[in-house]
Amino acid sequence: MHDDDHEHGSQHEASAVGALELRVRALETVLTQKGYVETAALDALIDAYQRKIGPHNGARVVARSWCDPKFHRWLLEDATAAIASLGFTGRQGEHMVAVENTADVHNLVVCTLCSCYPWSVLGLPPTWYKSAAYRARAVKDPRGVLHEFGVELPAAMRIRIWDSTAEVRYLVVPRRPPGTEHLSESDLAALVTRDSMIGTGLPRAPA
Amino acid sequence: MIPEPEGELFHAPWEPRVMALTLAMGATGLWNIDMSRAARETLAHYRSLSYYEIWLAALEKLVADSGALQEPATPPLRVLRAELVAATLARGSPFTRAPSRPARFAVGDRVRMRADQPTHHTRLPGYARGKIGVVTRLHGVHVFPDTNASGQGECPQWLYTIAFEERELWGEEPAQRSTVSVDAFEPYLDPF
Repeated sequence: MHDDDHEHGSQHEASAVGALELRVRALETVLTQKGYVETAALDALIDAYQRKIGPHNGARVVARSWCDPKFHRWLLEDATAAIASLGFTGRQGEHMVAVENTADVHNLVVCTLCSCYPWSVLGLPPTWYKSAAYRARAVKDPRGVLHEFGVELPAAMRIRIWDSTAEVRYLVVPRRPPGTEHLSESDLAALVTRDSMIGTGLPRAPA
Repeated sequence: MIPEPEGELFHAPWEPRVMALTLAMGATGLWNIDMSRAARETLAHYRSLSYYEIWLAALEKLVADSGALQEPATPPLRVLRAELVAATLARGSPFTRAPSRPARFAVGDRVRMRADQPTHHTRLPGYARGKIGVVTRLHGVHVFPDTNASGQGECPQWLYTIAFEERELWGEEPAQRSTVSVDAFEPYLDPF
């Protein structure tokens, strides 16, 4: 590639981002001036999803289910109530279903229609989850998708794919890694990755 | 697909502003979430836009259509205040409603998904149209997106999880050993 092609490409990209910045700023300005939104509320929303609401919430749910058989049963019967008992409720998590991985079944969650995701327990969705590629392929070629994430499942294992087409939101409960019997609940939570709660990953092994 | 590390939420400074503007404007009651999704999914250049570009373009459309920029402007039902953000997010907005009639289908029933391609906002994926599946769960009665998105009202409907075999959906031998489940509203279903 010629140097000036590269420069032209990055200039084009920079001006595209600049145009988006201007559009967003213009929209924020007019909506704030007209009294529909408050700047402090916008900042608080961003802060909530950057610091407070994220996969660490879901990890706590999973770790609790690994440690507490009663909670585990509750989670599978009434995930909304069980998750709410830990304080994780609300927007895009009002109606939860927990689906657990077993020796025979692996679960994978997608939203083929848009990008619906259980925000209240996992925070904001990753870019790949929102991509056309994932949304199309997860239902049709789950093993191919999992391979790209470095997950190889035994051929005999069944895969259950949950397409979040309505307001029900799905949380995958991954299998507890072996050799973790001695770990505390918070140590266990540290092993639970975001991807393992979507189904595109497995929990970390203990150190 | 490129796996992404946790914690990488945004890729440009304008993206979180769009996220926050969308949620804060959603709180005003000028439109509902189904109208929001419909606005996104009917964008002409949907396929060439990134996620937050879609959100921005849809938000601009919703704002323009809502009367918020007219004189006199449509008043908001409420304005989200900073100190209420945590409580508002934690409350969410449940979509379940009281049932007014019994569910038509039960767990174990075989159903065929409607085959027609509606021009209005709907939540039946194309790959499932006309396909035969089994009811595996009832979720109670939920706000119906098809009517809610066009201002025709909530018209709540029974919501079911329907499971489909691999061969039924993709017409091939089950190489993946997979089952796909969708959450479908009663009007999408016929008995089989």
